[in-house]
Amino acid sequence: MALSDVEPKKPGGADPRARMIARAAREIAPGMVVNLGIGLPTRVVDYLPADMPACLHTENGMTGIGPTRPYETADRNLIDAGGAYISTVPGSAYFDSVVSFALVRSGRLDLTMLGAFEVARNGDLANWKIPGRFSPGAGGAIELAQKARRVVVMTTHTDRKGNPKLLERCTLPLTARGHVARIFTDLAVVDVTPQGFVLRELAQGISAAQVAGATGAPLHIPDTDIPIF
Amino acid sequence: MKLPDKSTALEEAVARIPDGATVMVGGFGVPGTPFALLHELRRQGRKDLTLIKNDANEAGMGIDHLLTGGQVRRLISTHIGLNPNAVALMNAGTLEVEFCAQGILAERIRAGGAGLRAIVTDIGADTDLAEGKARLEMEGQRLLVETALRADVALIHAAAADSFGNLAYLATARNFNVAMAMAADTVIAEAETLGPPGCLAPDAVHTPGVFVDHVVELSELSREYGVVRR
Repeated sequence: MALSDVEPKKPGGADPRARMIARAAREIAPGMVVNLGIGLPTRVVDYLPADMPACLHTENGMTGIGPTRPYETADRNLIDAGGAYISTVPGSAYFDSVVSFALVRSGRLDLTMLGAFEVARNGDLANWKIPGRFSPGAGGAIELAQKARRVVVMTTHTDRKGNPKLLERCTLPLTARGHVARIFTDLAVVDVTPQGFVLRELAQGISAAQVAGATGAPLHIPDTDIPIF
Repeated sequence: MKLPDKSTALEEAVARIPDGATVMVGGFGVPGTPFALLHELRRQGRKDLTLIKNDANEAGMGIDHLLTGGQVRRLISTHIGLNPNAVALMNAGTLEVEFCAQGILAERIRAGGAGLRAIVTDIGADTDLAEGKARLEMEGQRLLVETALRADVALIHAAAADSFGNLAYLATARNFNVAMAMAADTVIAEAETLGPPGCLAPDAVHTPGVFVDHVVELSELSREYGVVRR
């Protein structure tokens, strides 16, 4: 299937969410095999340069994901794990769920990017269960978080009520313990280190103090210039 | 030698599912979901079912008809977040939901289909999903014993089939169909096209016909099979 009719989106723009997704897309390096989790992460595919030599995996059974397709040209049998209509690239492959997770658990993923309800400063991730309210289930997230070589999270910095999602300790049932290495938010890029959260980059127009104020655990702010995205 | 003909009418195939049956249902979202078989199961009103399916489809689609029709007692699944009805039924306590890590669900079904009793894994061993499961220690690591899954019936959707039950899937519609087609006592496949033996090249067969008991030809595809505009 030719992709000439689907152009990647340009990074930037005023929308903080779009800037976050565009920044997270730059985490994908040439040669990587990458899984993008349901929700915001799957949208990263539309921000990758068309000539990026990387392989995207979706756990419902495909490697070599191309850009998402509009409804008019969608293939009813070709979706990602979140139900979005996607496309192939030259070299795409289809397989069943057993093969798909053999790939995940045997360590073939260089990177996974997941959504989160909560992330703790020790790298714990909670993203599948809010007891009594909304328990969607973990889907493939447990295996992705436990077995990908690098686990990053993309999430809004706070929830809809403004409560921090980056915490001292997760309060919700965990998806995986201690595997998150980096968090992309609408405010900042934050690394999870043995010393806790470390501020690495700031969103345009956001101050380090604002990020610290929106974070539910100590945020280390390096004494150097903080890059802006 | 001529291979047996397993083509069956829709009503007759689904009539073989008894009340209280454990039923595996293929599909991940729309692709690979056997909507016609599920619709017929709704129409025949079978009760007290245990369903095993990756997801709960979406409101008004697929297994949602069985869930909201009160036909399902228990659901073993990995993710039901796209169907608010399923979440509401679970929260209300009228639907029992067992969550399983997605690849572990696939592997439990594969094990059931491969004549194995269980698998051993480190997935989820240090989370709440480990509760109530047998544990094992190997080389100093705490592991879980995940029991194999088999079902009374598996409902499968294929793009193409021959009358012996050889099946071929399209694109991301393989998903759980491949493993489930090996893991049930009675396997019912619906197919968008059904031809005589030989219509599928041996190399094109994803599920060998020996695993399939009944194959149902779909005369038309309902709205549910189409592109969903959300």
